[in-house]
Amino acid sequence: MTTSPVHTEMHPDTAMVVDDMNPDTGVSQLWGLAAEFSSPAAIMDAAKKVRAAGYRWWDCHTPFPVHGLDFAMGIKYTILPIIVFFGGLTGTCLALFLQVFTNSLEWNIWGIVPVVGYQFEVSGKPLISLPAFIPVMFELTVLFSALTAVGGMLLLNKLPCLYHPVLKSPKLKRATDDRFYLVIESRDPKFVRPRTEELLESLGPDTIIELEA
Amino acid sequence: MTTLPVDNTTIEQPGEGSPLVLGHTSFDTVTSEICRVNEAKKPPFAWYATMVISASLTLMLGILIAYLFLTGVGVWGNNNPAMWGFPIVNFVFWVGIGHAGTLISAILFLFRQKWRTSINRFAEAMTIFAVICAGMFPGIHIGRVWLAYWLFPIPNQMSMWPQFRSPLLWDVFAVGTYFTVSLIFWYVGMVPDLATLRDRATNKIKAVSYGIFALGWRGSMRHWHRYERAYLLLAALATPLVLSVHSVVSFDFAVAQLPGWHTTIFPPYFVAGAIFSGFAMVLTLAIPARELWGLKNFITMRHMENMAKIILLTGSMVGYAYGMEFFMAWYSGEIYEQFAFINRAFGQYAWAYWIMVSCNVITPQIFWIKWCRRNIWILFFASLFVNIGMWFERFVIAITSLANDFLPSSWGWFEPTWVDILTLLGSFGLFMTLFLLFIRFLPILAISEIKGVMPEANPHAGHDHDHEEATS
Repeated sequence: MTTSPVHTEMHPDTAMVVDDMNPDTGVSQLWGLAAEFSSPAAIMDAAKKVRAAGYRWWDCHTPFPVHGLDFAMGIKYTILPIIVFFGGLTGTCLALFLQVFTNSLEWNIWGIVPVVGYQFEVSGKPLISLPAFIPVMFELTVLFSALTAVGGMLLLNKLPCLYHPVLKSPKLKRATDDRFYLVIESRDPKFVRPRTEELLESLGPDTIIELEA
Repeated sequence: MTTLPVDNTTIEQPGEGSPLVLGHTSFDTVTSEICRVNEAKKPPFAWYATMVISASLTLMLGILIAYLFLTGVGVWGNNNPAMWGFPIVNFVFWVGIGHAGTLISAILFLFRQKWRTSINRFAEAMTIFAVICAGMFPGIHIGRVWLAYWLFPIPNQMSMWPQFRSPLLWDVFAVGTYFTVSLIFWYVGMVPDLATLRDRATNKIKAVSYGIFALGWRGSMRHWHRYERAYLLLAALATPLVLSVHSVVSFDFAVAQLPGWHTTIFPPYFVAGAIFSGFAMVLTLAIPARELWGLKNFITMRHMENMAKIILLTGSMVGYAYGMEFFMAWYSGEIYEQFAFINRAFGQYAWAYWIMVSCNVITPQIFWIKWCRRNIWILFFASLFVNIGMWFERFVIAITSLANDFLPSSWGWFEPTWVDILTLLGSFGLFMTLFLLFIRFLPILAISEIKGVMPEANPHAGHDHDHEEATS
């Protein structure tokens, strides 16, 4: 890459990965500091204090969703439900179009090959017989919403992400077992090594861990 | 960390449930006790024994399907008038089994039934494997298997489209959607637990393979926030889906004009029956699994008892539906409808009808007694009886109405061939093989969810200023 990484003002929620490698030396730098806690109550208190101290590029890593921690950290409510609504709407419309096109009209659509609809006449019933089309419309609505919910969740979370400083450190492995970590990234404008370390120290963690980029 | 005393009561007190996890007060021991199932060098002997049997049955299924494809559907007992023989009976049976998983994960989740966390993972797995078995049967029943793509609206050189006014096509969409949604529901729920297995992996192969499927999950709270919303949305979407799938399956029958099929009670009656058989299958699988892998601390007697109660409830609903069908047949004044039901109970298939009634209506009634709900052997055998009964229910519905419809001159008699019976047996082999592989290689309990329902997970444990915090 010849272009230098551009650090735009992004919400910490939307940007998780930045290139912190020193372009001249190629030596990895301090990516952030992690404080280890052993109970949900401790990380809850710590998160409130770190938020109050005005940090923005920070996160908590927990083995299960600690109830209320997301709002204590000041995480904005996700827009996922709105995306899912439109995903579902797409499914409904697509199903209606599919059925009306294939069973009710003799339209011609040109793709790579011409695709022609067919007018199915069944016991003199109307060609556009909406009630009979509802089950498939329902199913495709659910299918599209569910795929959007999962796909949207993964996209917004920037997953899959098989490389990350938090995953790299063997000391943070217990984040999926029984420990609770509060990580402040070094790119935070308020991040000053001694002062941030002091703040983390004041939260009463079990240990403080340095994370390499 | 605030330590809470170990609470091992399994007796329910009115107004407060007994604990969902026994014998643990630390998250770490929960993780290791569940991961032990996957991390053990060798599974128990029973695993190998069952695996050999089920893998052989699966092989037999493959051979039978090859034989069917090479010879034609004439190898089955399907005839005119009983065009729908074993394949459709088996299809409805397996789809029904597949209902408990998503019911547990979706409906009980929405109702905040926290006890679901111990059984949801493998009930969901069971759902997926059951739907695979179910989907196989209509697939091999279509006759000309090389034209199976006609089931789907794929543009083709003949300008030929499926008939969207037919319930059989709705089935394709309902079962297809159900399978996809159940699969992603299962997988998304498993991602944090796969990350746990990845982080505990002792060798590179395990670390990489679990790592890929864990998608780089690192327990970030910003991720958990969206994850929880996505999970809630999936639950809300899967709830009407569960109810719709077996309703659509019942339309296959109810939309037809045949006496005994053409009734409006079918959708709710099929859904209740599906949940009934699904929970029975969960019990059939959970009881040996918790014994063999020592999971009694997570799947406690409270869970067993709750499942027995659901079986009692849905079993009674099914019993009510049987009675109501008879009543409606009489009340309608329709001679064909009346004959269809008299014929079910006293005609040539009466034996099947009475197996169905005794297994489905009488068996679950023992769960009114607390002692029966808490006795592992009674639970196990009752669940087997329910499985048998529910298979016969589908047999009775499909076969009796087809074999004896309006005109006596067109009546017939359906008899399964050896291929029919062995194919059914083979489908159990396929189901069990997939299930055993799942138990060996994937997290069989929802580890992160179980931690979340422990009293230790409450961030306000030991605090008495909750309200003050909430407002600040």
